[in-house]
Amino acid sequence: MNVLQTMLLALRAILRNKMRSFLTTLGIVIGVAAVIAMVAIGQGAKARVEEAFASMGSSLLIVMSGTTTSGGAQGGYGSLPTLTWDDLRAIQREVPAVRWAAPALRVGAQVISDEQNWTTSVTGTTPDFFAIRDWSVTRGVPLTESDIESGAKVAVVGQTVAEKLYGRGADPTGQLVRIKNVPFQIIGQLAKKGQSPMGQDYDDAVFVPVSTFRSKLQGGLKNYLTGVIMVGAISADSTARAERQIASLLRDRHHLLAGADDDFSIRNLTEMANAQAQGTKTLTSLLAAIAAVSLLVGGIGIMNIMLVSVTERTREIGLRMAVGAKPRNILAQFLVEATTLSLLGGLIGVTLGVVIALEVARRFGWAMIVSPGIMLLAVGFSALVGIGFGMYPASKASRLDPIDALRYE
Amino acid sequence: MSGPLIRLEDITKTYQMGDVELHALRSVSLIIEARELVAIMGASGSGKSTLMNIIGCLDRPTSGRYFLADREVSRLGRNELAEVRNHTLGFVFQSFNLLSRTSAVENVELPLIYAGVPARERRRRAAAALTRVGLGSRLSHHPSQLSGGQQQRVAIARALVNEPEVILADEPTGNLDTRTSIEVMAIFQELQRSGITVVLVTHEPDIAAFADRVIVMRDGQVLSDGHHAAIAARPAAAVPVPA
Repeated sequence: MNVLQTMLLALRAILRNKMRSFLTTLGIVIGVAAVIAMVAIGQGAKARVEEAFASMGSSLLIVMSGTTTSGGAQGGYGSLPTLTWDDLRAIQREVPAVRWAAPALRVGAQVISDEQNWTTSVTGTTPDFFAIRDWSVTRGVPLTESDIESGAKVAVVGQTVAEKLYGRGADPTGQLVRIKNVPFQIIGQLAKKGQSPMGQDYDDAVFVPVSTFRSKLQGGLKNYLTGVIMVGAISADSTARAERQIASLLRDRHHLLAGADDDFSIRNLTEMANAQAQGTKTLTSLLAAIAAVSLLVGGIGIMNIMLVSVTERTREIGLRMAVGAKPRNILAQFLVEATTLSLLGGLIGVTLGVVIALEVARRFGWAMIVSPGIMLLAVGFSALVGIGFGMYPASKASRLDPIDALRYE
Repeated sequence: MSGPLIRLEDITKTYQMGDVELHALRSVSLIIEARELVAIMGASGSGKSTLMNIIGCLDRPTSGRYFLADREVSRLGRNELAEVRNHTLGFVFQSFNLLSRTSAVENVELPLIYAGVPARERRRRAAAALTRVGLGSRLSHHPSQLSGGQQQRVAIARALVNEPEVILADEPTGNLDTRTSIEVMAIFQELQRSGITVVLVTHEPDIAAFADRVIVMRDGQVLSDGHHAAIAARPAAAVPVPA
C-alpha cells in the first residue's frame, strides 16, 4: 500500500464527514491565517519604519542648542542659542567619528514665482547637508562651496515646492523666485525624498547657502548658530561613538563643570530608528506567538476528532486487519488522515491570511509584506501539528487487537 | 503440500479474567484437509469462536502448535499474521462488516490493496469475484442499497478475491432468512467444489447440514467430529448457485 493510495483513502475519509472535517480544521485555518496576517502586518510596519528612517540618512545625528528658563517656563531645546559657529568648525575638525557636519538654519517663508506662491520651510545650509542626507539633485546643479563663499542668491528646491510653483513635471531650474523680497535663482531640483517617520514631507523645502540665509533672510546672532547642526557619522555603527565624542567636545568648549547639565542636546536618529525597529519586531514576535498558540489549540482539536474517529471506526480497523492490514498500514492511514486535515487547514489558512492582509492593507492603507517564507513555514508547521497530534490516535488505532476491534459495538 | 492444510496440536487458550482463569480451549487437536467443508457447532461459550479465531490467525493460542499449509503460524508476530490472513485466509462475518458509503467493488478490493496489487488489476479481480457470486451487475452499489443476502455475497467475494486456501465464515447466515441462507450456503458449496476449504461456525443444524463434516464443541473441547454420510443424500447440493 503506497503513500498515494493512503492519501486518497485519507481524503475520502475526510470528505465523508465534510462538516466535521471543516470544523476540525477550522482551528488550524484560523491559527495559520492569524500567523500570516499578523506577520504580514508586523513586517509591513517594520519595513515602513526602516524606510522612513533610511530616508533621513543612515548615520544621522542632530545637535541642538540648549534651553532658556524664564519665569519658570522652560523654553525647550534650541530656545537658547548655545552653539556657536566655532563649535561647528570644531565638530568638523576635531571629532574623529564625524565625517560631515552642516548647519541647518530654518525659517518659514513664502516663496513667490512669476505666477504662483507657496509657503514652505527655507533652510540655509552647506553642501555637506546633502551628503549627510544622501540627497542629490535630479535637475540642475547642487549647492557648492563657492555658492557659500560668495553668498550667492541661488536656491535648490524640493519636488513638492517645484510642483506647487511650476506644476507637475515642469523644470524649475533657471527660474527666479522671491523669498522675503530677495530674488533667488533656482539652480537645482532635489530627488524625491518622501516622508519623515512622523509624516512630514521632506520634499516641501527650499535650500539656500547658509551665508546668503544669514545675510539676506534671517540675521540672527553673530557668533551663535541659530539652528541645528546636522552631523553625519563615519558609519551607521559609529553614531553612538560620534554622539559621545561631540558631547565631550561641546562640554569642554562650553566650560561645563562635571555634574552640570549639558547646555545642548544630541539626537541620535539611528539609535531611535533601531529602537523603533526593535519595538516593531518585538510586537511582531508577540503577535506571532499568540497566533502559534491558536495553532496549538487547532492541533488539539484535530487530535480530539481523530480519537473520536478511531473509536467510531474500530470495526473498520478490525476488518482491515482481518483482511491483511498490518499495524503500520493502520498507523499510516490515520496519520496521513490527520496530516491531510491539518495540511488542508494550513493551505486554506494561508489563503485566508493573505486575503485578510491584502484587505486590511487596502482598507486602512497599512503596509503589508506577505513573504513566501512565512507561508511555507505556516504550511510546514501545520503539517507538523497534524503529524504530532495525529500520532497518538493513529498509534492507538494500530495497536488495536483485531478480534476486539471486530467485536466492538 | 505434504501435510494436511490445517493441523492443530494440543491447542489451549486461557483468558485471565481477574483472579479467575477462563479455559476457552482445552487441548484441542484437529486436522482439516484441503477441499473440506467443515461446520463447527456448539453452544455459546463452548469455545467454537475462539477456535475459529485461532484458525483464522486473528488470535494466538496460549499453548500448542498450529500448522497452516505446512507452516507453523502459532508463534508468528502481528505483521506476519497479517500477511497470512491476507494471502491464505478469507473471512465472512455474521454482520457482513462491509465498509459503509463504499461501493461493492471497492469493498471487495480491500484485501488486494493490502496485498499491493496495482489499481487496474485490483478492479478487474474484484469485479470478477463479484460476478462469481452473482453480483456482476451491482459493482458500484453501496451496502445500504443491497439486501442482506447481497451484502453477504459481497463479503464472500471479498473473502475469495485474493484466492485464499481457506475461507472462514463465522455464523454467515445468522442475519439472513432461510431462503437467502440456502443461497449463501450453495455459494460455499460451489467454492468447495472449486478447491477452497471452507470452515464455518454455526449453531443451526440446518446450516451445518450443508457441511460434509461437523465438529461439535463443548467446554473448550471437541465433543464429536463426524463425517455424516446423510449429507450426501440431502438435496441441498442441488440448489442452483444464483447466477
